[in-house]
Amino acid sequence: MRELDAKTITENVAQMCKEAAYYLPEDVYQALKKGRETEKSPAGQNVLDQIIKNAEIAKAEDRPYCQDTGMTIVFLELGQDLHIVGGDLEQAVNDGIAKGYTEGYLRKSVVSEPLFNRVNTQNNTPGVIYTKIVPGDKLKITVEPKGFGSENKGGVKMLVPADGVEGVKKAVMDIILHASMNPCPPTVIGVGIGGTMDKACLYSKVALTRSVDSHNPMPEYAKLEDELLDLINQTGIGPQLGGSTTCLGVNIEWGPTHIAGLPVAVTICCHACRHKTRTL
Amino acid sequence: MAEPIKIHTPFTEEMSKKFHIGDAVLITGEIYAARDAAHKKMCEALAKGEKLPIDWHDKMVYYLGPTPAKPGDPIGSCGPTTSGRMDAYTPTMLDQGIKGMIGKGSRSKEVIESMKKNHVTYFAAVGGAAALIAKSVKKYEVLAYPELGPEALARLTVEDFPAICVIDCEGNSLYEVNQEKYRTLKGY
Repeated sequence: MRELDAKTITENVAQMCKEAAYYLPEDVYQALKKGRETEKSPAGQNVLDQIIKNAEIAKAEDRPYCQDTGMTIVFLELGQDLHIVGGDLEQAVNDGIAKGYTEGYLRKSVVSEPLFNRVNTQNNTPGVIYTKIVPGDKLKITVEPKGFGSENKGGVKMLVPADGVEGVKKAVMDIILHASMNPCPPTVIGVGIGGTMDKACLYSKVALTRSVDSHNPMPEYAKLEDELLDLINQTGIGPQLGGSTTCLGVNIEWGPTHIAGLPVAVTICCHACRHKTRTL
Repeated sequence: MAEPIKIHTPFTEEMSKKFHIGDAVLITGEIYAARDAAHKKMCEALAKGEKLPIDWHDKMVYYLGPTPAKPGDPIGSCGPTTSGRMDAYTPTMLDQGIKGMIGKGSRSKEVIESMKKNHVTYFAAVGGAAALIAKSVKKYEVLAYPELGPEALARLTVEDFPAICVIDCEGNSLYEVNQEKYRTLKGY
């Protein structure tokens, strides 16, 4: 059986946290440049210029491009024939988060309890870790640090089958219009359709690990992605100060659901759509 | 975009009244960082009749929680956080003499009413432009609540800090005007 040292996991997670905070994904950078070319509002053009310049400074100087370096979501796909040695898996991941956020001068934004005391844990742990057991002997790690200016504006709607495609569009647009300029547009939108309430939310998070110019493999969903992108870019919200570049991409992920249900979840991500993947 | 207007702090009522929505500004002087946790602490102190750590008269508040500074730098990345989260505390704080707010995003009706009453101007910095904004910050000093880490109350010495007037002290909103102007959406 193949063995993987927990320290290797820690080291890789630490590096991925730093890289995610410093280097805006190339697909997002290109989408911002494309948006700048077509943006109609002068104020919006100015905002896009600043966001593009910001990404370039961050990359050149190894600095976080946003001060909200997020709560760290980590997706693990653990091969069932891989044996982790020298420590436990979740601890290794959390150690990596603590190391990355401390060494990388990233902001520690996690409180240990949400309502009564809200004490900062000082090292951004724990991460939100999802582990899936898969065939094989590898460990695939995806780190998705999620900022909360945009996270606070997401939502979930439990539709019924009769609501259909129009119902899904309306549910997504209600959330987008309510969020307005607050989640730092231009945004990337993750939509999860199906499953249970919680699973739909998870699909919407997984959707954000895809590049902004990608499409769902099923043509009907790919078409819906384009239609939603078009609708969101008609809202006038624009790059924060009004305009035509509100959204850079809509990614939909879906899964089986109950005969009575049609859950729809929307995760809004600001342009700092961070995700890094490595396979060990 | 017109040439930005240079502002030197302190930011007085007389200065605040001059700004209109869409005015780009470059701020030089001192601005004060506070966000959710510091606002909560200050409002709790006021409710108990205690004195605040600083006199907010003619000051500008910046809704910010920066990343830690790398060695040799005055501050880490330092873009604005969502102002709306401070709305519950803002009317109380504006009554303390604040004349300018810097953040991002919409404000509640109660905040806008308080802005009109107190002649306060609300400026937006570009959300997410945190590494760029850091270039205009020369000094960062924690003044109170150090236990809050990035949420501590702090003084920033800034030079040509870029922002734009989004809600003026008469309650006009650039967000509303511009969204209406560029909206082509029908039926939602």
